[in-house]
Amino acid sequence: MNPRVPPPRRPGLPLRARLATTVGGAAGRASRLAGRGDGSVIGGVIGLRLKPDLLRLLARGRQVVLVTGTNGKTTTTRLITAALGADGQQVASNAFGANMEAGLVSALARAPDAAMAVLEVDEKHMPAMLEATGARVVALLNLSRDQMDRAAEIWMLARRWRAALAAAQGCHVIANADDPLVAWAAGQAGKVTWVAAGQRWHDDSWCCPQCGSHLRRDGDHWYCGECSNRRPAVSWVLAGDQVIDPADRSWPAGLDLPGRANRSNAVMALAVADLFGISVPQAMAALQHVRSVAGRYTQASRRGCALRLLLAKNPAGWLETLDILAPPPVPVLLAVNAQGPDGRDTSWLWDVDYRRLRGRPVLVTGERRTDLAVRLEADEVAFRVVGGIDEAVDLARAASMEVVANYTAFQQVRAVLGRTV
Amino acid sequence: MHDNLGLPGPVPGPAAAIRLVWVYPDLLSTYGDRGNLLVLVRRAGLRGMAVEVAGVNSDQQVPGDGDIYLLGGGEDLPQVLAARRLRADGGLAAAASRGAVIFAVCAGYQIIGAEFAGAEGEAVPGLGLLDIRSSRGEQRAVGEITAEVDPGLGVPRLTGFENHQGVTWRGPAARPLAAVLDGVGNGDGTEGAYGGRVIGTYLHGPALVRNPGLADLLLGWVAGPLPPVDPRQEELVRQLRTERLASRGATA
Repeated sequence: MNPRVPPPRRPGLPLRARLATTVGGAAGRASRLAGRGDGSVIGGVIGLRLKPDLLRLLARGRQVVLVTGTNGKTTTTRLITAALGADGQQVASNAFGANMEAGLVSALARAPDAAMAVLEVDEKHMPAMLEATGARVVALLNLSRDQMDRAAEIWMLARRWRAALAAAQGCHVIANADDPLVAWAAGQAGKVTWVAAGQRWHDDSWCCPQCGSHLRRDGDHWYCGECSNRRPAVSWVLAGDQVIDPADRSWPAGLDLPGRANRSNAVMALAVADLFGISVPQAMAALQHVRSVAGRYTQASRRGCALRLLLAKNPAGWLETLDILAPPPVPVLLAVNAQGPDGRDTSWLWDVDYRRLRGRPVLVTGERRTDLAVRLEADEVAFRVVGGIDEAVDLARAASMEVVANYTAFQQVRAVLGRTV
Repeated sequence: MHDNLGLPGPVPGPAAAIRLVWVYPDLLSTYGDRGNLLVLVRRAGLRGMAVEVAGVNSDQQVPGDGDIYLLGGGEDLPQVLAARRLRADGGLAAAASRGAVIFAVCAGYQIIGAEFAGAEGEAVPGLGLLDIRSSRGEQRAVGEITAEVDPGLGVPRLTGFENHQGVTWRGPAARPLAAVLDGVGNGDGTEGAYGGRVIGTYLHGPALVRNPGLADLLLGWVAGPLPPVDPRQEELVRQLRTERLASRGATA
């Protein structure tokens, strides 16, 4: 490997930090044994209590890549980890989506010898985590409305990203130029590689983040009618199912993961891998082995029905997910909850265009199935309300079924099917 | 952009059609605001009433001849921009002076008042279509809200979700829309405000979804007394209202 990002020197951990990671690690194992979760948060929480600057200490001397955005964080983190690990290098990563400080601490503590770390970061926490980890690379995927009852408003979020990246001049940003909010957020960073990773959901970027005027669009290009803000010149391009690299070579984006959104995640991962000297064919070979990510896209059999599990948490995510559904008459089960991690407000259902589900069997479940039922009724989509996945399978009597669920509903489906998925 | 409004099928538009104007969905549609449009279209359709819908972006002129104008929620910066453009445009004020119905939610509610707080807390002039003033409170109000509607309006109690940091005061020409049973609302125990046919509320996003009575009030102001809806067509909404109100220890 010929890293373009120079490897820093790795000092040892101070004694108290070593103790904090040991105690935290034991707590994580205990949590897993007790069946309380995958143990990726509790260890970090305890470690941070013993040593509040633990993340800084654990990150010191490593090459850290942060991955953030509204959708695709977990998958892209997994893809980058696969690409960077292609030549046998050990890579630390919070592979299960624990993306706040404690999750990052646990991931680094679990892999004390890994010289590289690929860490998914919650959008709101990115500035603080960038500062703490001194990340060499930050990948910005997209920004759109999500869990408005607890997340920051996205124009505000873009402003915070912009300030944080402007302050971190040693950091190399890989940014999706097709998302005007992301492009603006990366606009004052010291070094940016622009990627045309696409944007399917436009409803949060009709107006210029710089001046507020209406943005114009001309094919893939966007520009402000009033100020100088426009789509930057790109180095990497996702064009259909081809990736075009900075040398203008075209490569097929042949992934096992489905859909445009994952090809978009893949081109971002290839651009990050390139920074570390990993060639497109070498990285692509690693990406092709990724089949499911923390349960997403997993196939499972239930009472003779082949299920595919799809996670969709917000309007932009639903849009991409509805794109990849198997064609009718394959039935679709939709499951919606409104617990804390889902956002307690179900208003977002009204931003999803469900008319595309007309004319195929649709089943509805989850703790907020009545909200979803009223939404589908307004879109004139025929559906049946069911108590859960088994009732859906029995009613549908089909060889296969697509299951689309938001966050905690998704975890509930996985729990029913067993932790194997 | 919003030429595709996500409407349930083509809606015929004879001369007597109700004209709905969705104001600035590019700036004021933060979270599910489209729902109010869809509910009005559906409830008009259930009574055989025709509806014409126009989505008007912030770079377009607001038509003065609409029957019902909808304004949604927005973040601080888009809210200030929307207020500035609506003031310059004048279409909404002209419609209001004609007696058109205006239903404004959250950021839109503040915009139709005399003044509200901008991104840095500064006072920003609104449209003055409703006799209210808003400023920023200490704490963000986030959660379910339940409120008893002014008996004069004949609408069942409101259920919704609020997500705002606004505090709103009324002048003599505005009445409170409702009295808060659970939640924050305007900050003084009341929720929303109305004056004439202009209504504003802190129930954000698709406020009419759980409150079909409020949707019917708006439609009735335009079309006169409405025929009842087939109860089977309202069963799910009734169930949703009951569930949401029960989750807050209230009844429908």
